[in-house]
Amino acid sequence: MATQALTTTVRRRGRALAGTGGRTAALFLVPFFAVFAIAMIAPVIYSLVLSFHSQQKSGLGFGEAKTVFVGVENYVQVFQSETFMEGIARLGLYCLIYIPCMVGGAVVFALLLDATVAKARKLFQLLVFLPHAVPGVIAALIWAYLYTPGISPLVQALQGGGIQINFLDAHMVLPSIVNIGVWEWTGYNVIILFTALQAVPREILEAARVDGAGEIRAAVSIKFPLILPALSVIMLFTIIGTLQLFTEPNIISKATASVTSTWVPNLWAYDAAFIRHNLNQAAAASIIIAGLAAILSLAVTRLSSRMNKS
Amino acid sequence: MSSSTLSRPSTAPLKPANRRPGSRSNRGSSNRGGGFASKFTVNGLLIIGSAYMVVPVLWLVFASTKNAADLYGTSAYALGNFSLFENIANVAKQDGGLFFRWLGNSVMYAGVGAVFGSLISVMAGYAFDKFQFRWKDSLFGFVLVGVLIPNTATVLPMYLLASLVGMTNTIWAILIPVLCNPFGVYLARVYSASYVPAETLEAARMDGAGPIRSFFALGLPMMMPGYITIALFQFVGVWNNFMLPLVMLQDQQLLPVSVGISIWQGYSVPQPEFTPMVITGSLLSIIPLLLAFIMLQRFWKSGLTAGSVK
Repeated sequence: MATQALTTTVRRRGRALAGTGGRTAALFLVPFFAVFAIAMIAPVIYSLVLSFHSQQKSGLGFGEAKTVFVGVENYVQVFQSETFMEGIARLGLYCLIYIPCMVGGAVVFALLLDATVAKARKLFQLLVFLPHAVPGVIAALIWAYLYTPGISPLVQALQGGGIQINFLDAHMVLPSIVNIGVWEWTGYNVIILFTALQAVPREILEAARVDGAGEIRAAVSIKFPLILPALSVIMLFTIIGTLQLFTEPNIISKATASVTSTWVPNLWAYDAAFIRHNLNQAAAASIIIAGLAAILSLAVTRLSSRMNKS
Repeated sequence: MSSSTLSRPSTAPLKPANRRPGSRSNRGSSNRGGGFASKFTVNGLLIIGSAYMVVPVLWLVFASTKNAADLYGTSAYALGNFSLFENIANVAKQDGGLFFRWLGNSVMYAGVGAVFGSLISVMAGYAFDKFQFRWKDSLFGFVLVGVLIPNTATVLPMYLLASLVGMTNTIWAILIPVLCNPFGVYLARVYSASYVPAETLEAARMDGAGPIRSFFALGLPMMMPGYITIALFQFVGVWNNFMLPLVMLQDQQLLPVSVGISIWQGYSVPQPEFTPMVITGSLLSIIPLLLAFIMLQRFWKSGLTAGSVK
């Protein structure tokens, strides 16, 4: 009893580690916050500054360009740009297809893997995680070839079955890129969800079985609600990840004209900086993308904490 | 389900081994739902799902054994003339071994990010867990904001800042950003709380060890599994990074392999004889990651768990 009380006090005091206050903490924190300031805070602040300015040439366009303060004009221009808004709409559509497919697929696969009759769980886990070890560029390249007639076994097999699909035409290219994302990320999330499923108390499942609930019933009404917290974390990171969409369309754009240089907001910003050489607009677009991510992730965090409470 | 059934399993005999995660393979033997039909369906679906994950990578392996004529001429999973070594030799020859320079660059960028970036993150996470200091919560809030901002949203801002100080097209344009890993700080805080007992540090302090010494002599070794996990994820993250080097670097000698291969892909559109090199190069570039993942399975699994179960 006495020792227990002692350990508790030690633990409590230990959390504070008396005598190791601000100055020592600073030694440990300074390296991180130094790179954080250089690699995140400073760039965002500088972009904010740039986004409120513009390069204007005097008179007839001769001589040095002058930097002038233009207020929110860059933002207005970005929002008025038809291609940017099309990119936002396309990204929204991408999310609408991608998130249910990927998250739904991951939930189903994890539940199957957790079913009592599943065999060779370790092997299946390793196999579904395989795509995550393939860099996004390479994944996009592999699928670009698998979509290309003449080289792709997929197109060939479908043609053999009498189905003519051009995976890279204007209508199919969005689902085709969704598929690349699904391929890359499903297995990663299967592992997270499967681990969460393993933490479900076996007693509850045993009770349900004694009660006559079948495997599917137990999966839907017991296991699924218990992995909702893990699922909300996955949703959060999926939304943040989806807004980053750049690599896959960038690679696919070399294989087809259906993906334009302003296809999604990130490509639009890249195009603004390096093709149109309008750094101020590129900065404004980057700030808009970051702001969008912040708003969405805040919304998901709020929503999931409310769901977990109720 | 009624509450009376919930209390029933406490009397049900359950082997303790059956309740430990990861060792439940014998659980199904006692299950009356484990008939042939459900066993067939569950494992069949698992095989189909895994095939979807594995087949594209297998295609890459088969395709890399073919020369340009066979690639377009023979069926995808047939072995044509075995030209894998010829393809590798061509990859190695191109531009005086530029490909291996790219691989080396990737190893350097990802290695520095993994070793030093993770050390910086682990130090910060340890400080957040073990020390008390002013503004702790708001500083940690900054870290979390850093986790939520999409990487690609800061790439263009970073480029704009780097061009202001003339650092684009140098290795520092990559090496500094890869040191910043806010998610690593978050993970390290979780690891520090679960791996490093405060009593040990208290004892070390009684023995006269300073906080820095006790970190390197006690804390860091105890957190080693966490450090390796964070390093592995950082390595993969940097290895896969595409937009940052694409934007920052123009000198082909400095490129990582992801951007290098995408340049070759660009060449292969007008010159199909480049295609086998793109495919073989892709295969060569994923082998290091595949090996790392297979060898370090234990670590990435624990990393995924710590990240999702708060």
